[in-house]
Amino acid sequence: MESQAIHTATLDLSKIREDFPILLRKVGGKTLVYLDNGATSQKPKPVIDALVHYYDFQNSNIHRGIHKLSQEITIAYEKARETVQKHLNAAKAEEIIFTKGTTDSICLIANSFSKTFIKPGDEILITEMEHHSNILPWQMYCEENGVSLVVVPVTPEGELNLQDVKSLLGPKTKLFAFTHVSNTLGTINPAKELIALAHAKNIPVLIDGAQAIPHMKVDVQDLDADFYCFSAHKTFGPTGVGILYGKEKWLNAMPPYQVGGGTIKTVSFKKTVYAEVPLKFEAGTPHIEGGIGLAVALDYMNAIGLDHIAAYEQELLAYATKKLSAIDGLRIIGTAKEKAAVLSFVIEGLHPMDIGTLLDQQGIAVRTGHHCTQPLMDYYGVPGTVRASFAFYNTFEEVDKLVDALYKAIKMLT
Amino acid sequence: MTIYETEQEIIDEFSLFGDDWEMKYEHLIDIGKSLPLIDPQYKTDDRLIKGCQSKVWLHSELKDGNLLFRADSDAIITKGIVGLMVRVLSGHTPAEIMGAKLEFIDQIGLKEHLSPTRANGLVSMIKQMKLDALAYSVKN
Repeated sequence: MESQAIHTATLDLSKIREDFPILLRKVGGKTLVYLDNGATSQKPKPVIDALVHYYDFQNSNIHRGIHKLSQEITIAYEKARETVQKHLNAAKAEEIIFTKGTTDSICLIANSFSKTFIKPGDEILITEMEHHSNILPWQMYCEENGVSLVVVPVTPEGELNLQDVKSLLGPKTKLFAFTHVSNTLGTINPAKELIALAHAKNIPVLIDGAQAIPHMKVDVQDLDADFYCFSAHKTFGPTGVGILYGKEKWLNAMPPYQVGGGTIKTVSFKKTVYAEVPLKFEAGTPHIEGGIGLAVALDYMNAIGLDHIAAYEQELLAYATKKLSAIDGLRIIGTAKEKAAVLSFVIEGLHPMDIGTLLDQQGIAVRTGHHCTQPLMDYYGVPGTVRASFAFYNTFEEVDKLVDALYKAIKMLT
Repeated sequence: MTIYETEQEIIDEFSLFGDDWEMKYEHLIDIGKSLPLIDPQYKTDDRLIKGCQSKVWLHSELKDGNLLFRADSDAIITKGIVGLMVRVLSGHTPAEIMGAKLEFIDQIGLKEHLSPTRANGLVSMIKQMKLDALAYSVKN
């Protein structure tokens, strides 16, 4: 079979797939082919077990109790923070803040960092390929505070032109926020170069890493990122928890965003003194089991090996790109040189939603629509795309199934 | 034919397909393709019912006490379902339309298309059809 001939990366797929119980599910009588990992990834058994174990055995509140359970779970939660720190190669565990997800992390910066460092007349720079989550918090802040939102255009291939970035990073720019990997196009932006361009002008940088962390090794110190955000649920962990990495110097200078239990040193009606980082940014009882589950998910990925994952996914992407490109009338949206395993496409004369509906009937889960990137859809002049987004547990055979199902859908619709 | 009778007629038509998803969807696609449901002049933004993914246009007018619907969609499967809705509801009095339960969609196995997550404008279209009926019944 052609699909096996080019499969050379070293992942034990049959063993890996056994760790993901949901992949055995039948949909409409057919084994599920899950290609909507960009929306959320599936969870391996160790993550599921950690969540069950938490409620079976560990449940209690953190950072408060003197009793055994509370002490145990506080240690486990703080150990999870250290796992994330090591995963990102952050300098200190205090630079890792647990949030509700990428959106929450970005909102925290937009409401805290901005308050202190971005004033009327200033500019915030983003790009045209951002997810709405990395547009709206800035747009709202700009509208309310007389700040301008400046946008780096994308090229037809779905890349950023470094000269454009250089010229748009101006004297009024106070923050550059961009996505590491585009959720719609798959483009891997040259984060290190982009950060260097901004830092040459003393402009801090926030990176939306929601679509990068599931696919590749990220080293925040090597990148020299000021802020880096991602979501646990897109990287094989639980929903409702995410990470904001921030350099300590920024976090210390920023005011709390949401306040309440857990964020304080002392409270009186006259004066409240807030806790140090990271606690001053973690109001209320957090998603304790989510943080622990995230650490288990990262351990799971590291046990496979991030380089192995990236190499395998690149083969899968190359295979899928070749097979899909051979389909008459199919146009891939996003043809950057550096891409993660995300394939967006349209088929001439067919509505993406019709294609998605007929793929669903054949047990294949893809996403259709604008993928929360409406400005990008406007740029490419399409109402939406069909997006197949892969994870390391997807196989070459599943790509074949996608292609067969697409041919059937096209035949039915034309 | 009453609304209920048309619903039953559609249920009978679809019962021929049994569990065969291909035949069912081919039928919907055929309905979608064969019906030029709306004059292009009516495909204007003010008649556009915004779904998240597919667009649906709805035009209604009252004739001899009955409400006539015309509708269209840019997605062919959505258009097929829109065609069924128009077939069931068009030509009835506003009171009949407001009272219609439209259980046939569930019975022919297309309920998933009316779930809020589908975001295809169909739920909004049914709501708009009933709102139009309400508006005409108040006017008269």
